[in-house]
Amino acid sequence: MGETVAIGIRAEGLRKVYTSPPPAAAAGRGAGFSFFARGKRPKQKLEIVALDDLSLEVAPGEIFGLLGPNGAGKSTTVGVLTTRIRPTAGRAWIGEHDVWRERVPVKRLVGVVPQRPNLDLALTAREILVFHGAYFGVPAAERVRRAQELLERFQLTDRADRLVLGFSGGMLQRLSIARALMHDPRVLFLDEPSAGLDPQTRLLLWDLIRADNRRGTTILLTTHNMEEADELCSRVSIVDHGRMIALGTPEELKRSIPGGYVVRLHLAAAPPALLSRFERLPGVTGVRTSGDGAVDLYADRGGALLPEVARLSNEAAVEIRDVKISEPSLENLFLHHTGRSLRD
Amino acid sequence: MNAKTFLAMLRRDAHVARRNFVTLLLQTLFQPMLLVFVFGKVMTSSGLIRPEYKGMLLPGIIALAMLLSGVWSVAMPLVSEFQFTREIEDRLLSPIEIEWVAVEKVVAGMLQAIAAGLVVLPTAWLVMGSGVGLSFSRPLDFVLLALLVSCLAAAIGLVLGTSVGQTQIGLMFSLVIAPMIFFGCAYYPWSALQVFPTLQKAVLINPIVYASEGFRSALVPRFPHLPRLAIYGGLVFFDLLFVSFGMRQFRRKAVG
Repeated sequence: MGETVAIGIRAEGLRKVYTSPPPAAAAGRGAGFSFFARGKRPKQKLEIVALDDLSLEVAPGEIFGLLGPNGAGKSTTVGVLTTRIRPTAGRAWIGEHDVWRERVPVKRLVGVVPQRPNLDLALTAREILVFHGAYFGVPAAERVRRAQELLERFQLTDRADRLVLGFSGGMLQRLSIARALMHDPRVLFLDEPSAGLDPQTRLLLWDLIRADNRRGTTILLTTHNMEEADELCSRVSIVDHGRMIALGTPEELKRSIPGGYVVRLHLAAAPPALLSRFERLPGVTGVRTSGDGAVDLYADRGGALLPEVARLSNEAAVEIRDVKISEPSLENLFLHHTGRSLRD
Repeated sequence: MNAKTFLAMLRRDAHVARRNFVTLLLQTLFQPMLLVFVFGKVMTSSGLIRPEYKGMLLPGIIALAMLLSGVWSVAMPLVSEFQFTREIEDRLLSPIEIEWVAVEKVVAGMLQAIAAGLVVLPTAWLVMGSGVGLSFSRPLDFVLLALLVSCLAAAIGLVLGTSVGQTQIGLMFSLVIAPMIFFGCAYYPWSALQVFPTLQKAVLINPIVYASEGFRSALVPRFPHLPRLAIYGGLVFFDLLFVSFGMRQFRRKAVG
């Protein structure tokens, strides 16, 4: 297994427009008499653009991160790349295989860890792994052996023969990853792998992801946690509203923000005269007002800037209500590109 | 088609069914047995209903048991697997065309329906006691009908499971399945509706009619029943209709 060649991912001009609420492949909501309601109601022109001309290329053996807020199109991208969502336009390839036209060979190559665990609730942890192996044609003795090995590696042996209904979030997530690895995929998709995990489990998870990558698996993960992207990914793409707005190594991206530091001020008022005086402060490369009335100063220093800021505000008789200093980070980068915080 | 994947999915369903064996058995047997006991034993022994009714009732009971167990075994898991839990995802991501996942669900449902029929037939016969007068002179017909009826059940399950939400599935059973059962000629032969000519024609859109009359023609041919051509025609027509509609709904539901 060690000597197999790593496989890359490519997507060109992906576009996905939902004309009805996204079906379960993207989100797990919705219930209703879908076949009675259709057609009887006046046609509502509902159009949700989930992906808007998104292209990307992930090199073989890379850990690639898609960073963006909820609803940015990350999960839809994963859905399209794993045959689960049909793109409205554009094409994608896993290695040599066109994702939509050669779905079965593509499914053999990919492992998918969904955002919300979708483990088979009628089976025990071990059975989930063994049956998954069986679906992929792993020989009987081999799948039993591999299931045991993964249960050990993911620290799940003590609950291996129980139904997964009572498992904690962290255990479900680990089992989801173990399941995705059962058929030894060449490309692993992880959709928000550490969402809702405690810090300790998160660290374990990161180790497991790195270890798998070292064995030659290409990994694409989505996250809205900039620390995770920073920690794991060789390259990161920032997506928002279905579009890619920045791409590079975490280092490159962080360097691309003017100044690097962001000092976010909440002021009682923001007279233009004061803002232009902020802009002329030494080390400040940019001043922007954001939607909620906050003022962002992009600068090459953080705390050292505060006495000056306080003095100028005082002179203008403007009260400072809150100050937040952020160091160079992908979070700031996101803020810089979209004017919004990742958690908004 | 990938036979290994298909068989593994079938094995998974069989495994789950084995695990729930007692529940399934009770669910399959309990209601038909109550019915058989009251109508086939109490009412006939007490003279309220003529004893010949036993033979008339038994084929209908088998048809209903097969239909209910087939519909239930496909529809209920599908509704939850497609909605809240998304459990179906691991099979949709298996190296097989997604249509085969739907076919596997239908085959698994057929097997459960056939198993239900095999359990209910002898039990009901025993409960009713003597005088049922089953004839097994047309075994081929019986097997063929069992296959068509089980396929019908599983296909109706596929349609319901992919079209109805979790919150409405109970309503669906009481608003759609219940009238289908009562107008399905299971408790009386189709010919008995002669006195209601409009109703007699209207019930022909109900697929259960062909299942009940079919088993009647195979097991108690001495009683009046629909002509065999109509029975087979109706079953094949409804099988095709529900399978193709169910597949379409499945595809819609499965791919975003």
